[in-house]
Amino acid sequence: MIISDLLEETFLALSSNKVRSGLTILGIIIGISSVIAMVSIGQGSQASIQASIQSIGANLIQVQPGSQRSFAGVATQRGSAKSLTAEDAQAIADEISVAQAVAPEVSSRYQVAVKGTNTNTSIVGTTSSYTQVRNVQVIEGNFITDQQNSSVAKVAVLGPTVSTDLFGEGVSPVGQTIRINGSQFTVIGLTVIKGGSSFSNQDDMIFIPLSTAQRYFSGDEYVTSISVQATSEKTVDELETEITNLLLSRHHLDAASADFSILNQADIIATASSVTETFTTLLAAVAGISLVVGGIGIMNMMLTSVTERTKEIGLRKAIGAKRKEIEQQFLVESVMLTLAGGIIGIALGLGISYVVSVLGIVSTSVSWSSVLLAFGVSAAIGIVFGYYPARRAAGMNPIVALRYE
Amino acid sequence: MAVHFPRNHMIEVKNVSKTYVTGAGSFDALKEVSFTIHDGEFVAIMGPSGSGKSTLMHILGALDVPTNGTYVLDGKDVSTLSEDELADIRREHIGFVFQSFNLLPRASVIRNVTLPLVYKQIPKEQREKIATASLKSAGLDEQYFYHLSNQLSGGQIQRVAIARALVNQPSLILADEPTGNLDSHTGQIVLETFQKLNREEKRTIILITHESDVAEHADRIIFIRDGAIESDKPV
Repeated sequence: MIISDLLEETFLALSSNKVRSGLTILGIIIGISSVIAMVSIGQGSQASIQASIQSIGANLIQVQPGSQRSFAGVATQRGSAKSLTAEDAQAIADEISVAQAVAPEVSSRYQVAVKGTNTNTSIVGTTSSYTQVRNVQVIEGNFITDQQNSSVAKVAVLGPTVSTDLFGEGVSPVGQTIRINGSQFTVIGLTVIKGGSSFSNQDDMIFIPLSTAQRYFSGDEYVTSISVQATSEKTVDELETEITNLLLSRHHLDAASADFSILNQADIIATASSVTETFTTLLAAVAGISLVVGGIGIMNMMLTSVTERTKEIGLRKAIGAKRKEIEQQFLVESVMLTLAGGIIGIALGLGISYVVSVLGIVSTSVSWSSVLLAFGVSAAIGIVFGYYPARRAAGMNPIVALRYE
Repeated sequence: MAVHFPRNHMIEVKNVSKTYVTGAGSFDALKEVSFTIHDGEFVAIMGPSGSGKSTLMHILGALDVPTNGTYVLDGKDVSTLSEDELADIRREHIGFVFQSFNLLPRASVIRNVTLPLVYKQIPKEQREKIATASLKSAGLDEQYFYHLSNQLSGGQIQRVAIARALVNQPSLILADEPTGNLDSHTGQIVLETFQKLNREEKRTIILITHESDVAEHADRIIFIRDGAIESDKPV
């Protein structure tokens, strides 16, 4: 049998039973479309989590004070200890070559008031390097300068959320006076909207000079964290090691009793990625199961079809069809079914992930490899689940088949 | 005095036996059957049900092979062939007409008749021409050529089946109770069609039947009973 005849026979056989063919491929359509949609949703959320972590700053390492331990070994909250100082930050900047920029921070929440309105927000005392390290840009006015830091100036840079809360939408806060925990500050700048990042929302912050925060609010020389940016992605690990060594020697400690901890952004991304990957795999596995169920549906239909067409198979054999030709015919039928289901399923899956994106639920990302894979899988299902029915048809004895009623 | 044509020995059946082994024991459906059929003959194989005529038909039609003995068709020994080689024999040498017609129900007349040509790998553009010629030989009116086969009457359906049997230019047409599902008038027309094909186109036809008035349309009747030939004589 030549290929065009084979395809014609297949088309005629499938179209003579449109409803049954349609219902059978529904299983494949659902399976394939859910694989595509689920994988795109999983990969989309993975990408958005990564982007959100990256937005905090690139190649970032955060040094935090360790937990304070009592003699009984009971540990308090991590970061609650006071072990890091602005001098530690200065030492990192001066002595480690792969540290491109260093921004120490003192942060705490305070009540902020302006002419009858007030809000409660994070007050971050920091230095001019903060803009570079944490990827913050100023849209209006200026960020804190080194000079303001050394003069312990009472100036503040507002995040867009705080500005809206205090002054209303679209009103420029620059030049206004605000009261933070009772002290008067002059607003000198407004930062760009960064959007909600799930870890720390930099839109809802007020930045003031580090020295000012230490003098007026915390009252000591300690810092709550030091953010360090590595010169490149490759030097992040080296930076981590060097900071550890430097701080241990400055604090006269050994590794076992370190009074600080280091958070590597790459580690956070890796952890978050592994979570979303597991999530994606789980979704794909569930969708995959439905694909197998769809395949069993195909097999069921093909077996029914083979039984129904026993006489036809007998006739085909009587007029000279070989075993292989009968087997091919039924195999092509099931592959056609699953491929049709696969194509419709891919279209539907792309549609679903597009709609999910447009509705803003999750921004999805369709990988073409998953589309190709789905296409291949649907063809493979046709072969795997069509093989047994096709074998059964091919193995029929023509005499018995012709007599079948 | 009758004129003698030099005739080929088209079918030679020699000592053919067929034994079926079942759970209860073995059963001899055919016992040492021998006969010769020449090119262009119209032979009826007759016998009551259970006589072994169906088994003989299956062997003559290369659907089955004998347990013992030889069956030579067109100079080729068919009795020892494999499944696929038997399929080749059926495709090239034999045209079947069945009692239950066995047309593809949702396909047109033309498609039914061209089906053997598909397996014979005849180019598409030649098929319809060959099929049309066969349908004319089988006596089907041209207006029905593109009808679906389930829209036709019994007599028309059997003509389509005959056309399908003719289309691969077989050396032998095997008709298995071709009138069994037809009323006597339609049956008569179908039998006359076979006679016409035999006389005008010199087709070799073997007709399997259990009815003597059907068998009498042939030129020679081989009567089988209990797996053996009881008589073999011209009509």
